[in-house]
Amino acid sequence: MTGRNLAVVTAGLSQPSSTRLLGDRLAAATERALSGHGVEASVHMIELRDYARDVTNHLLTGFPSETLRTAIASTVQADGLIVVSPIFSASYSGLFKSYFDVLDEDSLAGKPVLIAATGGTERHSLALEHALRPLFSHLRAVVVPTGVFAASSDWGGGGDGAGALDRRIARAAGELADQVARNRPTGPLDPFDDVVPFEQLLVADD
Amino acid sequence: MQFGIFTVGDVTPDPTIGRTPTEGERIKAMVRLALKAEEVGLDVFATGEHHNPPFVPSSPTTMLGYIAARTQRLILSTATTLITTNDPVKIAEDYAMLQHLADGRVDLMMGRGNTGPVYPWFGQDIRNGIPLAIENYDLLHRLWREDVVDWEGKFRTPLQSFTSTPRPLDGVPPFVWHGSIRSPEIAEQAAYYGDGFFANHIFWPKEHYIRLIGLYRRRFEHYGHGTADQAIVGLGGQVFMRRNSQDAVREFRPYFDNAPVYGHGPSLEEFMEQTPLTVGTPEQVIEKTLKFREYFGDYQRQLFLMDHAGLPLKTVLEQLDMLGEEVVPVLRKELDALRPAHVPDAPTHASLKAAAESIREPADIDRPAVEVQGSAR
Repeated sequence: MTGRNLAVVTAGLSQPSSTRLLGDRLAAATERALSGHGVEASVHMIELRDYARDVTNHLLTGFPSETLRTAIASTVQADGLIVVSPIFSASYSGLFKSYFDVLDEDSLAGKPVLIAATGGTERHSLALEHALRPLFSHLRAVVVPTGVFAASSDWGGGGDGAGALDRRIARAAGELADQVARNRPTGPLDPFDDVVPFEQLLVADD
Repeated sequence: MQFGIFTVGDVTPDPTIGRTPTEGERIKAMVRLALKAEEVGLDVFATGEHHNPPFVPSSPTTMLGYIAARTQRLILSTATTLITTNDPVKIAEDYAMLQHLADGRVDLMMGRGNTGPVYPWFGQDIRNGIPLAIENYDLLHRLWREDVVDWEGKFRTPLQSFTSTPRPLDGVPPFVWHGSIRSPEIAEQAAYYGDGFFANHIFWPKEHYIRLIGLYRRRFEHYGHGTADQAIVGLGGQVFMRRNSQDAVREFRPYFDNAPVYGHGPSLEEFMEQTPLTVGTPEQVIEKTLKFREYFGDYQRQLFLMDHAGLPLKTVLEQLDMLGEEVVPVLRKELDALRPAHVPDAPTHASLKAAAESIREPADIDRPAVEVQGSAR
């Protein structure tokens, strides 16, 4: 079995959090789907609540603390990324956005990403399409077609809710696993190891 | 090993009394600190260059020329000279003039400047920051080394048969450091020319600078200027001292908490853990500064930021007394003892002149001229 790294970034604030719960279920479903491809996944959970102060400090000072640096490294070095935000005021949460704001430019380029969100009612579900998907398109990530939104009714409303959520999770996880299994494992370009020779900088045409 | 201070020249309210110095007071305070630096035995005074409030030093050679006339030994430098928005022709002229007036006690640190709005005030665009730094410096480098320059580039009008005057003192251009906080391109540039590399690591953790300085050293060797450990490295530092470390922390905390750059973010304690900032006793400053050598290798220049965030002049003068009397003599002794013989000192006008003469006039004409590696010996 070959191996791949998955990172799960969740921005729930309460503990326990339904946002984290959705992240866990998406991660488990992606692991299962990857093992169907003969790929063993290791999962890094990044719960942004734990880094809330570090993210703010990074915004102000321009550098990450030691703990935030580790979280960022596992995010940008993952072969596939699952991101889950609660929907606040019709969009992703501020903490969620701030985390992606402090990442280096291009660090998510080409990375397979599964977008997901939680909210009180289904009426917020299109925030996935008008907020999260454009954000990750801007970061030039490869966002899988199915986004997963879980409203309160999906968790325990009875009827079709829970079953339908399971099906959406499985479909999205399958799409992410397909992408991750297809790609070769890659880390980000390291500008300190791959230096651009000065002669090239001198003649650079931009 | 050279020790000195660098100032950004910020006009910041003193948060403990709410008073803001006037621009005139701040300018005179900067001069006072430079004179004090020489008085307490420091080697270098470097001023920032800024073109927007709340900063005053828009005209570094005016200030450094004035200081040159009132000092004897002090090396006058910049932190940094904006290689992006200044015309390299004017830099060549201004600093060659200063070099003559100061009898060679001049070097420069090039920097890009990261304030977007400043660029268009000088006809430039911050998006061209790196290409400007590269093209402008390449021209500056030629203007100081070739008497007549024909040149064409992207960012300024071409030059035909241009001679920058005055020519550098004794035909020896001022030594140049390239300052960078995060750009590998600038480390590469410094290495290419065999110039110095100044890592202003005062705001960021050491891991980043270990890699940045490592890159510079590796490429310095690659370009044939000497071995990696002979590359010319300068480092920043930031300290506040009192006899008792609790007193230092108590006195400095309001300045830290409200500082323009990092205030209202991490705590003083977190910042001390993550960056070179030391707030404590002179002994603690010595201990932390000696660690720099362990992280980055033997280096040639240590500059301390002492006067920002609204600290009153009187306090900063006291700090310089402690720095000059208690900290630097110990660091000088310890670091000189640890440095292997083949690692050079920072270049000075005298050493560069001697090196140039040994190429022009070999001592013994029967033997081939001594190949001088690097700019340092």
